[in-house]
Amino acid sequence: MQETIQHAVQMIDLQFWHIMYLIFVGFVGGLVSGFIGSGGAFVLTPSMMSMGVPGIVAVASNMCHKFPKALVGAIKRAKFGHVDVKLGIIMGLSAEAGVLYGAHIQEHIKRTLGDAGSNLYVSIAFVIVLGTVGLYVLRDAFKAMALEKEGKGTLSEEEKPTKIAELLYKIHIPGTMIHFKSINKKVSFLFTIPLGFATGFLAATIAVGGFIGVPSMIYILGVPSLIASGTELVIAFIMGAVGTFKYAWSGFVDIRLAMLILLGSLFGVQLGAIGTTYVKGYMIKLVMGVIMVIILVSRGLMVPVYLSQLGWISPLNPTYVSLLKNTSFAVNALALFVAAFIIFKNLIKGIYEEKRYRVLETAHSTLKTTK
Amino acid sequence: MAEKVKKKPVGKFLVFAGITFILYYLLFAYESLINDYFTRGKFYAFLPVLTAFIFSYAHGNTTDLFWKVVGIEAKKRREVK
Repeated sequence: MQETIQHAVQMIDLQFWHIMYLIFVGFVGGLVSGFIGSGGAFVLTPSMMSMGVPGIVAVASNMCHKFPKALVGAIKRAKFGHVDVKLGIIMGLSAEAGVLYGAHIQEHIKRTLGDAGSNLYVSIAFVIVLGTVGLYVLRDAFKAMALEKEGKGTLSEEEKPTKIAELLYKIHIPGTMIHFKSINKKVSFLFTIPLGFATGFLAATIAVGGFIGVPSMIYILGVPSLIASGTELVIAFIMGAVGTFKYAWSGFVDIRLAMLILLGSLFGVQLGAIGTTYVKGYMIKLVMGVIMVIILVSRGLMVPVYLSQLGWISPLNPTYVSLLKNTSFAVNALALFVAAFIIFKNLIKGIYEEKRYRVLETAHSTLKTTK
Repeated sequence: MAEKVKKKPVGKFLVFAGITFILYYLLFAYESLINDYFTRGKFYAFLPVLTAFIFSYAHGNTTDLFWKVVGIEAKKRREVK
């Protein structure tokens, strides 16, 4: 089995458009990742598979680009004060346990129900998580935006810890309390472990653990959005590095594919990280919520296909199946581009305002000195 | 006048861009040999992980300096009025 895969890895002949495509999608994925802490995997893995890369090699190579990208992004965001390293490491280590358990469940489903079964499981996980968490994040972002428009939204008001977070701060379990600088409070690690575990479990299931990691840090631990998305990069780095090693141990990583995605994605991750310095916290929630809800639609479209493959509903017409598959992929890509558009728009607006401010500042100081 | 117009790190950028270029050139010039070793599994797993670290250091610096040279930088923190 391993020999076949090894052979398949060597067999892939990279064409010029493959290279350009990987660099381009890598850039957009990196941009989103630098901004919200994760992103890109849901478009990259299926695209690589459509190039003829075996599924497991696509997942392994994607992961191999993800951890250095997360590392570079985390270093950049740490310079802006957006990273709680201690929280990231604790969440990252517990996420590792979640990844192992999640992968175990995946294997079990694949053994009992086959490929269609595991595809259905992944899609349903997407629909449930994105449907609940995504809508909540989006609703919260719109609420903060409305407050901002009315002129009531101050930073402290917007990033006020939730009731759950307030409750957690009050619970004191001796011997387990850890001080986190992002919230300047002590929280028992017995509460952060399940959050990390869920993040890892989701990462092993749908490849994007950040969809649980970031909202759980914001809403359960009361971490400000900007720090939550920066800290997610530390979690992604730990999960990605261990995951890559695990796949590489069986020889599944195609380093050429991984480094090509990295080529574009490091440009993106730097730019996305810079973008976070120009926005308010709710923008992170908005971008994340928008992506989650669009991808929800994309995965929802595929559910009937898998149900018919399993024979749980009557078989679908093949033209209908390919239409659903193509639409689903297009919607996936759309999610990434809509997010990139929002980030770019804010970045350009922010830079423009900053430049105008600097010009005014210089004019002001020249005026002072001439007086 | 403590804050003059900062000089752009063009030289440093070119050095890192050069290193990154050489790394990518080597990767693709010897792609079959590299893929042969990198996919052998077991302790050879250190090879792709180590490569990813080296590339991310060189290319991470290149991209960081690239945006600085282009003039896109993070917003400066200032006191909120």
